[in-house]
Amino acid sequence: MTIRNKAYIAGAWEHPLRVIPDLSTPELHATCAAGALADAGLSHSDVDGYFCAGDAPGNGATNMVDYLGLKVKHLDSTETGGSSYIIHVAHAAAAIAAGKCSVALITLAGRPKSERFNAFRGGGPDEQFEWWTGYSTSNAYGMCAARHMHEYGTTSEQLAWIKVAASHHAQHNPNAMLRDVVTVEDVVNSPMIADPLHRLDCCVVSDGGGALVVVSPEIARSLSRPLVAVRGAGEAVQGHGGGRGLDLTVTATSQSAPRAFAEAGVTPADVKYASIYDSFTITVLLQLEDMGFCAKGEGGRFVADGNLIAGTGRLPFNTDGGGLCNNHPTNRGGITKVIEAVRQLRGEANAPVQVPDCDLAAVNGIGGILGLRHAAATLVLERQ
Amino acid sequence: MAAVPSRPLPAPQPSVETQPFWDAAAEGRLTIKRCGSCNEPHYPPRGRCPFCFSDATTWENSKGEGAIYSLSTMRRGPNTPYVLAYVTLDEGPAVMTNIIDCDPDTLAIGDRVEVAFTPTEGGPPVPFFKPVAR
Repeated sequence: MTIRNKAYIAGAWEHPLRVIPDLSTPELHATCAAGALADAGLSHSDVDGYFCAGDAPGNGATNMVDYLGLKVKHLDSTETGGSSYIIHVAHAAAAIAAGKCSVALITLAGRPKSERFNAFRGGGPDEQFEWWTGYSTSNAYGMCAARHMHEYGTTSEQLAWIKVAASHHAQHNPNAMLRDVVTVEDVVNSPMIADPLHRLDCCVVSDGGGALVVVSPEIARSLSRPLVAVRGAGEAVQGHGGGRGLDLTVTATSQSAPRAFAEAGVTPADVKYASIYDSFTITVLLQLEDMGFCAKGEGGRFVADGNLIAGTGRLPFNTDGGGLCNNHPTNRGGITKVIEAVRQLRGEANAPVQVPDCDLAAVNGIGGILGLRHAAATLVLERQ
Repeated sequence: MAAVPSRPLPAPQPSVETQPFWDAAAEGRLTIKRCGSCNEPHYPPRGRCPFCFSDATTWENSKGEGAIYSLSTMRRGPNTPYVLAYVTLDEGPAVMTNIIDCDPDTLAIGDRVEVAFTPTEGGPPVPFFKPVAR
């Protein structure tokens, strides 16, 4: 059994604002849901499956299904942090392929700018051995970057190129938080946050949200939107493995991406556009290697000299400006990665960054914290 | 020199599975778990071996010495700088910790370090590490 071509992303909608003081978080979920359903040409009453993660208030999907007034026969509250929504697309495709539902709604929303935000302390079994270390995302990802530099000679200037490419894309996105084009020098001269990561190696903090609608092939063909098929998907979890074999230079993407490409029957060389979760510059570099766009250790050279910039580079990435420049709604960037890939496949990206004849895209996300434990999710999407 | 954490350290919350680790910490001993079935050591300690899933795990004292696997000095925010690191113990497992009593600017991957238990607010001390005196 495969999910290949068993489900299509018919609706994708991203909230245009980055500070949203006037909507409650559940209300913001509802706004995004309405946006994605309108984009698909479907209505509230068509939804028979609902997917959400830890940003949704309440008890898994239960509260939101009630709040949104949905009548669903399939629920999924898979929570893997920022990569949750990429996994939701895969799980929605599997549920649709199994006949469990035919119109699956996925929502994300949150307002860390506008309401007091409680940093996630998961309370996992190893928390008592970790939280007194003062770990955060920045220094945990900093350790990954430091180790990659140690093993492969990767430089801060190479990492900076990832931010530079994102800024080149963000200048064309009127909704992006940071629209100024920056240089490698700007990045490496910005204040050090957690060695070796500078302020401009870090993503933005924003309010926001988004939603997706995944539907059966029959319903997709009945709608007027371009056909964006889910061709393959993979997911995997990686931690520090009981302290043995710790390797901060490799992510769970090294497992999830081959699964997704195998299911899709394509290779990284076939990919025209990639959405890569960019919580930090190092996050992108590690995923590019683990997805197979270059060999392990070659990421620094791969991203340098504008190779990720649409129009000039070999692999256009995050053409909305990504988390580094556009937005990172409620500190979870997975759904916006899928949304920009859908835009590219539909030919609806901002004109200067639209990839010509973009018929195959890859989406990759990391949820949780690299360096502690995280879940990677990969999608291969195709315009048909 | 600096980087002795001036920040208050929250007390670890032991469980029935981990109480012996924290009891040993209070005595200044760093412990790890070793599996009686596959003989692999692991950390953080679990009742059941994460490698072979046997429940025949036993506590074992670590020498408390190892080398820095990676590190990142936190420069922004309250009570900075402090050095987050993974230390690979000579017994094998890696431990997430802080490096204290050090100069963050000269500290490097591969440096030898030893355990330096550090008091917490009303709980058992936590295993930080410091450079081995040369």
